[in-house]
Amino acid sequence: MSMQRPVPRLTEENRFFWTSGADGLLRFMHCNDCQAITHPPQPLCRHCLSENVAPRAVPGTGEVYSFTVNYQKWMPALDVPYVIARVAIDGAPGVLLTTNIVGCPVESVDIGDRVRVTFEQQGEIYYPLFEKP
Amino acid sequence: MKPDSAYITGIGQSEVGVRLTRSPTLLTVDAVKEALQEAGLTLEQIDGVSTYPGRAAAFLGFSPLGADDLIEAMGIRAAWRMGSGEISSQLGAVVAAAQAVRTGMCRHVICFRTVYEAAALANPQEWPPLKRDTVEGSSQWTAPFHAYSAANWIAQYASRHVKYYGLTREQLAQVALNGHANAARNPRALVRKPLTMDEYLSSRMITTPLCLYDCDRFTDASTVLIVSAGDALDEVKCAPVRIDAMAGTVERESWDQTEFMASSPTARDLWKRTDYKPKDVDTAQLYDGFSFLTVLWLEALGFCGTGEGGRFIEGGRRIALDGELPLNTGGGQLGAGRLHGFGFAHEAVMQLRGRGGDRQIPGDPRVAVCASGGGPLATALLLARD
Repeated sequence: MSMQRPVPRLTEENRFFWTSGADGLLRFMHCNDCQAITHPPQPLCRHCLSENVAPRAVPGTGEVYSFTVNYQKWMPALDVPYVIARVAIDGAPGVLLTTNIVGCPVESVDIGDRVRVTFEQQGEIYYPLFEKP
Repeated sequence: MKPDSAYITGIGQSEVGVRLTRSPTLLTVDAVKEALQEAGLTLEQIDGVSTYPGRAAAFLGFSPLGADDLIEAMGIRAAWRMGSGEISSQLGAVVAAAQAVRTGMCRHVICFRTVYEAAALANPQEWPPLKRDTVEGSSQWTAPFHAYSAANWIAQYASRHVKYYGLTREQLAQVALNGHANAARNPRALVRKPLTMDEYLSSRMITTPLCLYDCDRFTDASTVLIVSAGDALDEVKCAPVRIDAMAGTVERESWDQTEFMASSPTARDLWKRTDYKPKDVDTAQLYDGFSFLTVLWLEALGFCGTGEGGRFIEGGRRIALDGELPLNTGGGQLGAGRLHGFGFAHEAVMQLRGRGGDRQIPGDPRVAVCASGGGPLATALLLARD
């Protein structure tokens, strides 16, 4: 996957998420009233509609909820195969983050695997990827 | 006839192919003319236009023509029009049209879906491809991880089926095998050659567990369905097909934050709005842009239980033309081409009118269910010939 990753256009709402890895921590929008997590981030809690929300760090661990091994070269410069997964994030109930599982053979990944965040920096963006311990 | 109901009357389809040179406007006009002819209507009687997703400026081959474009191109006097992607999916354009005729906004609506992706891909000068270096909105949650295609998103729902319900490749293959077998009997289908299990199993993997034959491919075509008011049927020559129930429910507008796709709540709501039951359905035309979506629709609509879709289609007998639930009888998108949702309603009407030719299902079919979409997109229509 040496190809450059598409760059999210930073906004007031998503900036904290995409730059969070600068200090090694993964953050999600947390509601200070009902304690729920809202993802994708927005200026209000989607559970109780409170505007009392702020980014909060999670432990950075999680579990592979689902995955796929991609073999298709969607662009010529794309290196394949690679693993795309949805990770259930510890400390963020209900959130399933689409990401990549890196640092292991693609055939070694399965649903239920424990994983930990690792950030890949590209410009000002810190992409949250996950690896098996 | 029920004057307060909406009906599908004329149906039409252009040439179906890849890298067609006929323009998308002309393909659409071809399909409109065929639909008008079948309905016995003239263009002067058309007073509404509906399409999905409207003209998509960022990715022109995906939707080269909006409702406004067709109105202008054909000189239609439109009392009502709609072209949007923010509806329940492709067949949501038919739902909108049905609502419009039932509320008296108009009497005969041209609903169309025109796709031109194969031609656009072959001619990037004329049809510049989508820029992907910067992403925003919902794509920022998938594309940065090289999860570019709906194939990648849907494959992750499929992998849970494999893990928890034991869905096998041989079971999933039946959607593609059935589609190809039926397409071979459909003179307008994109692919006219049957597919064998060996060819399926040895084809290259796209994104596990989906292989090449689990994914539809870019097609150039236009499909038209005319939706008419129940009190305007005396103007129509063809046998009208009543839209008995419609649904398009979404609980989470997301491709990755959900356990179930929108097909589940949509199918539940569909059955709440009709006296028919799944056992009354004579044929099912269920979205197969990716084969696994058909499995989910079968489960969501209650033809089998959650997780039982693989066993339901195993061996393919049950879903064949002479099976207990003939499925995607025109070939679906895997066989007939990526008509993007509209092909399922078109084929349902063909079967209910007994116009299926070599692929006509036996008996006297009166009730069909058709569905479009995957992920947060889902529309289901129950169609009946009274």
